Amino acid sequence: MPTETLSKLKPGQSALIRSIHAEKAFHQRLLALGFRIGKRVELIRRARFSGPVHIRIGTTDVIMRRAEARHIEVSDISS
Amino acid sequence: MKRIALLGMPNTGKSTFFNRISGASARVGNWPGITVDLMAAKILLGGHIAELVDLPGIYDFHGFSEDEMVVRHFLENNSVDLVFVILNTTQIERQLSLALQVRELGLPAVLLLNMADESKRAGISIDLEEITRRMNMPVALISAKYGDGCRDILSLAARELDQHPPISAAELHARLASDDRIESEMESILNDTVQVPAQLNDRTTEQLDRIVLHPWLGLPIFFGVMYLLFQFIFTLGKPLQDGVAWLLGYARGGLLDPLFSGLPPWLNGLLLDGIYNGVGTVAAFVPIIILFFLVMAVVEDSGYLSRAAFLTDAMMARMGLDGRGFVMLLMGFGCNVPALMGTRVMRSRMLRMLTMLIIPFSLCSARLQVFVFMTAALFIPSQAPLVLFILYLTSFAAAFLTATLFKGRLPGNEPFLLELPPYRLPTWRQIALRGWHEVGFFLKRATKFIVAGVVLVWALTHFPSDVPSASSQTLAGMIGSALSPALTPIGIDNQLAIALIFGFVAKEIVIGALAVIYGMEGNALMGLMAQKLDWVQAMSFMLFTLIYTPCLSTIATLRSESKSIGFATLSVVWSLLLAWVVSFCFYQGARLLGY
Repeated sequence: MPTETLSKLKPGQSALIRSIHAEKAFHQRLLALGFRIGKRVELIRRARFSGPVHIRIGTTDVIMRRAEARHIEVSDISS
Repeated sequence: MKRIALLGMPNTGKSTFFNRISGASARVGNWPGITVDLMAAKILLGGHIAELVDLPGIYDFHGFSEDEMVVRHFLENNSVDLVFVILNTTQIERQLSLALQVRELGLPAVLLLNMADESKRAGISIDLEEITRRMNMPVALISAKYGDGCRDILSLAARELDQHPPISAAELHARLASDDRIESEMESILNDTVQVPAQLNDRTTEQLDRIVLHPWLGLPIFFGVMYLLFQFIFTLGKPLQDGVAWLLGYARGGLLDPLFSGLPPWLNGLLLDGIYNGVGTVAAFVPIIILFFLVMAVVEDSGYLSRAAFLTDAMMARMGLDGRGFVMLLMGFGCNVPALMGTRVMRSRMLRMLTMLIIPFSLCSARLQVFVFMTAALFIPSQAPLVLFILYLTSFAAAFLTATLFKGRLPGNEPFLLELPPYRLPTWRQIALRGWHEVGFFLKRATKFIVAGVVLVWALTHFPSDVPSASSQTLAGMIGSALSPALTPIGIDNQLAIALIFGFVAKEIVIGALAVIYGMEGNALMGLMAQKLDWVQAMSFMLFTLIYTPCLSTIATLRSESKSIGFATLSVVWSLLLAWVVSFCFYQGARLLGY
């Protein structure tokens, strides 16, 4: 199954979380916000000038930097 | 006295609930085991007087962010009789874990499902009886914002307090251990008791975001919003500040001057020019701080602050800051003091320190007065806008240079991960309480420091008492001459040096100080300055005034917000150094070019 990082999704695309490679503190924050393996995430928009990305997971909207979104691997990308 | 802790994830309306229950009676307290201040209020619960403590919002007991450490250390060092766990009902499917963790720790708890109004609109239905049974703790649906259900909480809590023995801090320390079972239990409880529609029908936020976060329109809208807020604060704040100044002047002229006239001149001066003016300096900030936090409450509670962070983060990240820092930096252009206090929204200490280090470079309205006066005196009207523009650019440049230089020393360790809450309108009560509390903070913490500083400067410029005040024979004049080896290379003479010493208290009084020093006012003073100074000296003086310490109140705020005298000292020393280097380069460069 082809995997990508969350930062590579285009606005409007959603995908399933395959793995999260983050250090402990960041991993905990992600878990508490609902980022778990197998959950569907949607990239809503990206900020200009390589700014943060706006991600929706369940009923929660979050923003994170692209560097951080690269720690999350996703597959089953759908538009 | 019983102690009740209020616990919840960020953006759950925790502080709104706290304010709702405590009213205006809250105070800031220090607690064993932790270094940040927490708000606490005494509340009446049935037969008990209880102290309700507002803990920082956390996602998890086992996280490693600073807020999570604060909560753990608080619970490990202070015994707690009851915990109010508050959660956002629209996000119950991920927030219930915190309540389960609290239960696992054996803490007596009441679960508050907040934002019942929003969750009802979103079509979420909850089986209250079943969830109460499964959670094995009282559960209530409330709306902290509108007060629905909040009164009943008190009797619910009183009953719990009677039933459960408190758990000791030491015991809790041992229990803060692993909790793997929570995940699966949460899943099962939710499946049986809560129904969430597949797609929340919150279209308003979606549509607003489409405009506000638009790839091209987003930033212009952001700057427009900032400009309007700014105008609002200062159009309304100026007459209020003038009113306070008039009242203080009136009280002095009508009451204090005649009352103290029998005293020896030095004591009269100390009491009126020293202490009373010091109190006046503090009072002048009160209207601005209230207005600033009224506006900040709207910006923060509406959810726009996180959006602003999204828009400006790309630029700020390169300087080791984040988007919220940019909002505060812009606010600093009005007044540095509330902008520094506003950095409290940042939870990472290093990030906050870095932001606090750059805010004092914002060209605040007080400095603007000095620049407008000097430009009017020494430049022709057509040059004035350019001069002011250059000063504004320098202000940004100094801030960004400082951030870039210090970001290695104050590295932010927290990843940038912010929730974007749906847009909400705060209530008047929320807004008013915020302004009230922040003024309390400022008055409590800054007054002594500011009054002491004003008295010191008064003494420097009035002793020895047998020479004209603010002249070169006073202590300030002597300091000025002692500093002349450093100040002559940047074109600042003895008289201007004394004005700079005054400017240490507040930039508003620099012009007044010049009037005393030269013994002239208004147009006459302008004329004299135009004779004595050339434009290169004036520009150098303005650059120095822009960059060196903004005012005593800013230093007092830096010290109280960072809780570190070392940090406040660093800020003062660095800004003096930078001011000198910039003025030196400008002055010597201009002279070299033959001006």
